[in-house]
Amino acid sequence: MQYHLNFNFIWRYSEKLWSGLLLSIELALVSILIGCLIGFALAVAYNGGGRLTRWLVAAYVEFIRNVPLLLLVYLVFYGIPSAGGFAYGATESFVVTLSLYAGAHLVEVFRAGLDAVPKGVVDAGKAIGLTPWQRLAHVRFPVMLRIVLPALSNTFISLFKDTSLASVIAVPELTYGANWIKTNTFRAVEVWIVTAPMYLITGWAILAALRGLERALIPRRRA
Amino acid sequence: MSGAFAFVVGTIPFLWQGLLMTLYVSAIVVVLSVVVGVVFGVLLAYGPWWARWPLRAYSDILRGTPLLVVIFTIYYLLPFAGLNLQPLPAVLLALVMFKTAHVSEIARGAIQSIPQGQTDAAKAIGLTFFQRLAYVILPQSVRRFLPPWINSVTDAVKGSSLVSLVGIVDLMLAAQQVIGRTYEPLPIYLLAAAIYFVINYSLSTLSRRLEARYAYIRE
Repeated sequence: MQYHLNFNFIWRYSEKLWSGLLLSIELALVSILIGCLIGFALAVAYNGGGRLTRWLVAAYVEFIRNVPLLLLVYLVFYGIPSAGGFAYGATESFVVTLSLYAGAHLVEVFRAGLDAVPKGVVDAGKAIGLTPWQRLAHVRFPVMLRIVLPALSNTFISLFKDTSLASVIAVPELTYGANWIKTNTFRAVEVWIVTAPMYLITGWAILAALRGLERALIPRRRA
Repeated sequence: MSGAFAFVVGTIPFLWQGLLMTLYVSAIVVVLSVVVGVVFGVLLAYGPWWARWPLRAYSDILRGTPLLVVIFTIYYLLPFAGLNLQPLPAVLLALVMFKTAHVSEIARGAIQSIPQGQTDAAKAIGLTFFQRLAYVILPQSVRRFLPPWINSVTDAVKGSSLVSLVGIVDLMLAAQQVIGRTYEPLPIYLLAAAIYFVINYSLSTLSRRLEARYAYIRE
């Protein structure tokens, strides 16, 4: 049996893919933003907190990191509303899930980064009379940011890829768009041949942008 | 409360078959990907350009695409390439290909982290390439390979949950089937999460132990 590739249907419905890609990027951006806030706040709490705080943060991180994201997506979208007797949209639900997931991964990154800030720099901040909050905002945070940027880039790229799981709860992102075209035109081979490179190229573009940011923020070290 | 607890415990036998499938898929993926991945890693580190370039492309493309998209692409591309596989072998192939790309990078990194002086010293005492690899480079790389590799094993267990999306009854799909019967999503999902957690937490604890044991400062 000979199968003839036919991309006409893909072009006809390419709007589904473009709007899907756009939504994927939006989902990633919003979740990364919220995830960074969660991650940084919890990293600061962990490094400065007591035993209970540390235990709670560790429990959150370990639970999220050791359970498949797919299960977390279902748990938040189907599980929690069923017990609470309320409902929310699939997109909101996925953003909450991916943000919590991002937060758990970013706590680790930020914690390592805060630990790596040289003590002398923080002491210098103390010496010129900065309050603890000022030291955090003007000394520890900017120094940490430069240390963690390379690790952040990797986490951001994988979070972008993870948005593909939103398709299982019918959020109309790129993978959902691809599945829609597949179901409606039966052109499965063609649609995946087009969709996979869309993820790949977007991922590379994000990486290139982050590498540019690294170069701009991290001064070249002179030997 | 005890009623809810009894209910959840009562569903365990239905999840058991699914758990076995999850472990089976994970084991196959882990074993095949480590064998192929280490060979790829050695080639990435020492191979001639005609071996390195395609492997670099392979690894970068697979690592840059979401696992779910890799699964669907390979799943639908296989018949087109003249291979008519059952769903399970097809999805296993996709998972192994994806994991191999990651393992080959871990292996390459571990190999390249061994200081050049080791290779030079091995050359100086007259070892051939394969002797250098077998007696000098690989034994030392294993220490650097193990901790990140065990972390990647937890990723394989988590990634195996995606086979549920092509209709293979693993722990994930078994949980959903039980939910379909009982209409009790929260307790069942939490139970499934607890099972995944126990498997992966044990693995990551093992990884941390190995890291603490093998961590050493040199140079």
